[in-house]
Amino acid sequence: MRGGRLFRPRLVSPSRDAAGREAAQAERFRLVMLPHLDAAYSFARYLTRDSVAAEDAVQDAFLRAFRGFDGWRGDNPRAWLFAIVRHRCLDAMTARRDPLRGAEPVEAIDRDSAVAAAEPGALEDQAARRSEIAMLRGAIESLPEPFREALVLRELEELSYKDIATVTGAPIGTVMSRLARARQMLATLLLPPVSRKAQA
Amino acid sequence: MTAHPDKLSLIHCLFDGELDAANALAIEAHLRECDDCRNEFERIKSLRDLLDTDRLSEPAPEGLRDRILATLEAGAGVRPSPRSGIAAHVLNGRWASGALAGALAACLALTLGMPQLTRTDTADQLVQSHVRSLLASHLVDIPTSDRHVVKPWFNGKIDFAPPVPDLRDAGFPLIGGRLDYVDDRPVAAIVYGRRRHYINLFVRPAGGLSLSRGFAERRDGYSLARWTAGGLEFWAVSDVGADDLEAFRQAYIAHGG
Repeated sequence: MRGGRLFRPRLVSPSRDAAGREAAQAERFRLVMLPHLDAAYSFARYLTRDSVAAEDAVQDAFLRAFRGFDGWRGDNPRAWLFAIVRHRCLDAMTARRDPLRGAEPVEAIDRDSAVAAAEPGALEDQAARRSEIAMLRGAIESLPEPFREALVLRELEELSYKDIATVTGAPIGTVMSRLARARQMLATLLLPPVSRKAQA
Repeated sequence: MTAHPDKLSLIHCLFDGELDAANALAIEAHLRECDDCRNEFERIKSLRDLLDTDRLSEPAPEGLRDRILATLEAGAGVRPSPRSGIAAHVLNGRWASGALAGALAACLALTLGMPQLTRTDTADQLVQSHVRSLLASHLVDIPTSDRHVVKPWFNGKIDFAPPVPDLRDAGFPLIGGRLDYVDDRPVAAIVYGRRRHYINLFVRPAGGLSLSRGFAERRDGYSLARWTAGGLEFWAVSDVGADDLEAFRQAYIAHGG
């Protein structure tokens, strides 16, 4: 009786069971990982500074994440996924190292616009607000690595220090100092100088 | 920059909520006395205010989600069932893109098998609520192991009083409570721990259509148990095994749940 009950399901459809498990796994992946697609793309976009490269890297990363989903230990899925996205981005950037895409020209342009738009009171209408967003994005993109990724992961993706360490493979102390440095660089671009602020 | 470079990382840690209570207390005391360091803290804050996440994040381009789903199907060698298609769309909040087939299937299913689908739908929603509560770092609205705090917290938020027994001795410490939505109605979610796992217990008034007898099942790797008592309907969802969930159900009922 008992043995029969155990035996019967295997007899009926061994392949359907396997397919069912696979489908369940696929659905779980969709439930757990796909909600982080927008965040993953945004992260990739800031890393590569290129929308096409970011899109390719994210698509590739999701496929790899799916194949390696068994290796996910159940901790922060965003950090786990981002580590894969980051690798895809770094690979993509080494593959097509374009000398025209260096940080210097971008930084030079954006420092001007950053200073111009950082004046208070100039952000009244929609157009100005749009250009403010473009200016802010430009300022972030002008940060050199590895400071940019630390800042994006903390300020935009709101990861904890521990998760940033997981994503970037750096010790937490390194994450801390990179983040502090990144904020100082960005503050120099975006905020009025310290002396003026201190007097205000 | 600052007169105390040694304090710099601590200031950033404090701002990011990464300090333990003792260190936070010490650095807060220092900030009250040191203008330079307080300015540094204010600067980090001004920067955060500028970097409004919603405006600076870039949503994935149209079509990327569909392409990834297609790649996954090819990679996995399985096609998602209509249900999972709908579930994915609900979760993504992207109804417009290619949901037509799913919507049609849902309409058809609604007309054909109402009671059965109601149960299935609810179970899906509960599993998703459970997953979301763990993902979004929004496990509980009120984190406390004191049942005398959790129970009154629900007062005024919902129009029924879910029992919140203390099950620590049975191996299910109380983690806290949360308000959730299932079938467009607020439900109480009471969270218990089981070793390193969590159990979400959803409680709502038993509806007219609902089944009176309980059942347990596994869905997408999660265990579900349902029972009714005292005009309330209970759904326990967790990634613990079915045995553990059954033990939880019995402990909950035995302690007046």
